Amino acid sequence: MKSSVITFPGSNCDRDMDVALKKFGFNNKMVWHDDNELPKSDLVVLPGGFSYGDYLRCGSMASKSKIMRSVINFAKSGGLVMGICNGFQILVETGLVPGVLLRNKYLEFICKNVFVKLDNKENSYFKNLNKDILEFHIAHNEGNYFCTKDQLKEIEDNNQIAIYYCNKEGKIEDQYNPNGSIKNIAGIFNKEKNVLGMMPHPERMIDQSLSGEDGSIFFKNLINNIK
Amino acid sequence: MEVNEQIAIDHGLKSDEYKKICKLLKRTPNITELGIFSAMWNEHCSYKSSRLHLKKLPTKGKKVIQGPGENAGVIDIEDGDAIVFKIESHNHPSFIEPYQGAATGVGGIMRDVFTMGARPIANLNSIHFGSPQHKKTKNLLRGVVHGIGGYGNCMGVPTIAGQTSFDSSYNGNILVNAMTLGLVKKNKIFYSKAAGLNKPVIYVGSKTGRDGIHGASMASASFDEKIEEKKPTVQVGDPFTEKLLLEACLELMAGDSIIAIQDMGAAGLTSSSIEMASKGNLGIEINLNKVPCRETKMTPYEIMLSESQERMLIVLENGKEEIAKKIFDKWNLDFAVIGKTTNSKNIELFFNQEKVAKIPVNILVENSPMYDRKWKKSKLPKKNKIKNEVLNKLKIKDVLKKILSNQNICSKEWIWQQYDHTVMGDTIQKPGGDSGVVRVHGTNKAVAASVDSSAVYCWAHPLTGGKQVVAESWRNLISVGATPIAITNCLNFGSPEKEDNMGEFVECVQGIGEASKYLNFPVVSGNVSFYNQTKEVGIKPTPSIGGVGLIKDYKKMISMNLKEIDNLVLIIGKTGGHIDQSLFARTILDEKNGPPPEVNLFNEKNNGESILNLIDKGYVKSAHDISLGGLLVAISKMCIKGNKGIKINKSKNLINEIEYFFAEDQGRYLIEINKEDLKEVTKILNKNSVHHEELGIITQNDMIINEKTKVTIDELKSYYTNWLSKYMS
Repeated sequence: MKSSVITFPGSNCDRDMDVALKKFGFNNKMVWHDDNELPKSDLVVLPGGFSYGDYLRCGSMASKSKIMRSVINFAKSGGLVMGICNGFQILVETGLVPGVLLRNKYLEFICKNVFVKLDNKENSYFKNLNKDILEFHIAHNEGNYFCTKDQLKEIEDNNQIAIYYCNKEGKIEDQYNPNGSIKNIAGIFNKEKNVLGMMPHPERMIDQSLSGEDGSIFFKNLINNIK
Repeated sequence: MEVNEQIAIDHGLKSDEYKKICKLLKRTPNITELGIFSAMWNEHCSYKSSRLHLKKLPTKGKKVIQGPGENAGVIDIEDGDAIVFKIESHNHPSFIEPYQGAATGVGGIMRDVFTMGARPIANLNSIHFGSPQHKKTKNLLRGVVHGIGGYGNCMGVPTIAGQTSFDSSYNGNILVNAMTLGLVKKNKIFYSKAAGLNKPVIYVGSKTGRDGIHGASMASASFDEKIEEKKPTVQVGDPFTEKLLLEACLELMAGDSIIAIQDMGAAGLTSSSIEMASKGNLGIEINLNKVPCRETKMTPYEIMLSESQERMLIVLENGKEEIAKKIFDKWNLDFAVIGKTTNSKNIELFFNQEKVAKIPVNILVENSPMYDRKWKKSKLPKKNKIKNEVLNKLKIKDVLKKILSNQNICSKEWIWQQYDHTVMGDTIQKPGGDSGVVRVHGTNKAVAASVDSSAVYCWAHPLTGGKQVVAESWRNLISVGATPIAITNCLNFGSPEKEDNMGEFVECVQGIGEASKYLNFPVVSGNVSFYNQTKEVGIKPTPSIGGVGLIKDYKKMISMNLKEIDNLVLIIGKTGGHIDQSLFARTILDEKNGPPPEVNLFNEKNNGESILNLIDKGYVKSAHDISLGGLLVAISKMCIKGNKGIKINKSKNLINEIEYFFAEDQGRYLIEINKEDLKEVTKILNKNSVHHEELGIITQNDMIINEKTKVTIDELKSYYTNWLSKYMS
């Protein structure tokens, strides 16, 4: 299975994602933002970090970079595109997924483990997962997902909410919402469910010695789904 | 402008220093030259008050590849790998402008590390604020934490450990010490020594602006009521540019183009160019018109003294300019050939085709002033006699509650949750433990690091305090299963021109030296920050020690959380009941006098090495050193983190119960072992003559002390976790 991770100026989770993808069997290539063409890929990942220093607005400049034209075409033709953290912010800026990501409610960067509940397994990312609640890790300053009422209705009608912040038991309540996201949304799909944007970092949960291993479950399942 | 003595004094130079300059130059310097002298000869850059004493520190060892004198120290961690590390202060700017001051402190120390070819793999910090009641404390704390996070998070380097304290002596002068560890291959370390004639001198990174002019001079003076006016001397950081600079430098370093490289930190282009020339015993010629400037009409004086961030100076091999330029173009960074090395042994500056400065390099460096300042020796204070009646009136649970929720003990999660501590995917021990630990990427090794200081002990008796900080750093590394290798120190003191403060410095350094020599824990890098003083009031002497150790098999790393019910907890080291200068004495008895606990280096070494031996044999399930707050605080933290209780056996110790639980005797640890291993563990400890006793047995959820005091795990958590977030909300 071939994957591509895009490096933008200021990306800093690109290597971590490369390590994770390779660990679970992807043949991964790093792709420079200034390239024109994507290599042949089964999965494209926009990694976390601070592309263009988060200047102007998180993800906005990266969304206009050269390679993104190719990524957008790939997504529109049904290719799997996953944006993690800053990658989610970039996806939002391209319009591939709806909504915006605002500054965290308490105005502080937050780095910790969270639980997320899967809402929809009818897609290549979560299909066949035998767990509904995963422990992931977040590290962001602008993860407060927001959209208009109409957009929210549309998102809900289309089952586009991918994951919610919750507690260990899967309860989705305000107190388990780390950043003020509307409806505790931690990640969403495009209408077709081939594009996934999420704030949590599964690539930081791939080893017992790290924050946990639910990232391993996610990646193992993902590669099996793509095969 | 004609230079005279008054202008020199306005630049922070002393009258006799100005006379020395004129004598050495055999003429009056022009204003640019005067600026260069003031930048090189201030306390921050020249170490003129401290050099004499720093020379006495042990800096060599089998594992030391590079000691003090370079951008950072380097130690060997085997298999061809090396760790580059250093700690540095950014105290003065952080008080004036907390966000930028702290951010650029973090940026500066990371640059010191990647200048040597190492990729930064971990950041740490030691931050000290005034009393929580002081009107500035909250904003300063928030600004500093945001600044440290803002820079480190954007760089994608995990912040893995730190230390925060509050004390009214920092009301007018906060401390921000930032430390970075980087990983490099032993045969790919880069140094700042220029070599060869007519080699191109390259400027890369951000453009030069008017920010930070005289930053180093500002950091070499005391504060007064006009301190807010100094805001323009604080640099402005851009972590995004630094991230690009890091990647571009490492890309260039992969090849063989670089002869020497030096970051532009304090005193900017001035100190970087002079240091490279001085180390190579060469001259250097710079055309200032070639320096990329952010603002128009900058003068030679401003260009030379700007402390704009994210800039590097490189001496390249001839003919490598195009290769280098291509890399910096790719990363959208400025690149300019601004000069060349010469055999004149002068620094020569040109601007608009005119020579605007010419100074022999050795005058600036070797002839810089060095003072043997007067200093006052401290006496060991007399021990307080604490009456048993006073102690017997106290209830253990009340005392424990007060101490666990004290600002200097309580959880600092509110702070470290704002730092990305997991990026790079190798953090195996997060903040909140005895040391932070990161794996050496792609290997079975891990590196542990801790940063410590004990200003109260140093204030009570500097010599003992100096020793204690080194010992504590050593213990924090041992507690995670790491073999301690070397330290870096950041020496924060008041004015060296005052005998009391100078005495504190001299004797703390002596204590640090004694301990690091005895423990074979050499000092490989560091920095001195004097004049942490507002008008006549200086801070408590605060040397911060950053220790680094190696864990050969990261799976053997130890954490402090209690692991298993029915396991035993042993106390290693003797509890003698030393209460003076303890947190208990200060907060419960309101007693500020008396000597700090004695540091017995033999016991420190023996106890530490014995624990490493037990860890290596697999007997130790969890460990924690006993430090600030004493025994009961240490075991409480282990219970909280492990979510377990403990039944503490009636102590056979003859000293008072309160003294037993809250004394701060040194050289002690708590370790958790299996019941079945007790015999074997005892045998090993006895064989090594290590004092040990049983503290208790691990239980499901309550802490029960001597069958009469019960504290539930939830109570412990509420005492420990709430203070800081409440204070900041």
